[in-house]
Amino acid sequence: MLAMLAKEPAHGYELRGRLRAALGPLGEAMNAGQIYVTLTRLAKAGAVTSERVDGSPDRPDRRVYALTPAGQERVTAWLAEVSWPKPDLAEFHLKLVAAATAGLADPVALVDAQRREVLRRLREAQRAALDRAVDPVAGLLLEGVVLRLRADLDWLEACERMWTEHGRTVRS
Amino acid sequence: MTESALVRARGLTRRYGRGGGLVRAVDEIDLTVPAGQTLAVMGPSGCGKSTLLHLLGGLQRPTGGRVWLAGHRLDTMSERALARLRRDTVGFVFQSFHLMDELTAVENVELAGLLAGHSPRRARRRALHLLDRVGLAERAGHLPAALSGGQRQRVAIARALCNEPLVVLADEPTGNLDSAATLEVLRLFEDLRTAGQTLVVVTHDTRIAAVADRLITMRDGAFADDSRLATAVTGPVGDGWR
Repeated sequence: MLAMLAKEPAHGYELRGRLRAALGPLGEAMNAGQIYVTLTRLAKAGAVTSERVDGSPDRPDRRVYALTPAGQERVTAWLAEVSWPKPDLAEFHLKLVAAATAGLADPVALVDAQRREVLRRLREAQRAALDRAVDPVAGLLLEGVVLRLRADLDWLEACERMWTEHGRTVRS
Repeated sequence: MTESALVRARGLTRRYGRGGGLVRAVDEIDLTVPAGQTLAVMGPSGCGKSTLLHLLGGLQRPTGGRVWLAGHRLDTMSERALARLRRDTVGFVFQSFHLMDELTAVENVELAGLLAGHSPRRARRRALHLLDRVGLAERAGHLPAALSGGQRQRVAIARALCNEPLVVLADEPTGNLDSAATLEVLRLFEDLRTAGQTLVVVTHDTRIAAVADRLITMRDGAFADDSRLATAVTGPVGDGWR
């Protein structure tokens, strides 16, 4: 959010518009309340300031938010950061191991159920990405979501091979 | 059998070899595909999914069980009647396109109509309409060699739709395509799905599987998992493709 203010100060609703444009269909769920709550928190933390300006009758929101020098620094540091969220596969992996070793469930059936869920998500993301009306920049985010889900499905296929083979060995 | 079950199989079986070398490529499968449903069949190589598709489309004969297409029983049908039913009812899409190299895009598409006995004028009109629907109106006069992989597959899909098939059967339609070309085919399948075209696609490609209404996972010749990803389009078939 801070980075969206880096270009120039903005009203809350302008900020929301910028975020929505950047996120495309994934930004549709974002509501105005979330924006204002976050802006208030950032103001308390000294990263943004706001000042009242004369609003028009159809724009009751009269506060314009701007970055403080501390906010600028945070944006610079954020851009230089290289952290990357790790997908958490360990939990599902442990589920399969536990199911197989304790005989609690058929791990291959668990893989099938998980695949259905991931395919459902892939279907949604892909539908949104195929929409010709999606802005190409926002579409890039959807493409990332699609690629990650496909990687998950590839991994589930490897799980399926492994546990199918394991099941055969145990039975024979 | 209900009116809307376009494809139906009971105890469908195809075995190869005998004795110790016996392979059950398709092992006593029961399946009903209602009109308007898009079904994806996935599974590891050699699980029998391509054989299943060939049995459903009458390209191969089962060694056991029964199979119906649009109410006609295929496993007991004469070769001649089967060929006619395939031509009039099924549109096939293959991994390697199977286009005629010496014919242009529009000639490849209209050939299916000409073989079905349509007048050259009608077949040409229909072919041009379909090429337009798959976004290749400008390429109608090109030979396959002058088209990209994705474009060739779109021509093949247009050809499959030429005789207004009740069902389209596709075997690894994106198997030979790169990512961008896959996207073209994906978009087309999504359009077909929303138009209410019944479609059975055998695929390794999770992107293709994700656009289907229903997903079946095969292992060792049998169905391991059968799930609805979404409800099928149930209304009347959209006329956009007709």
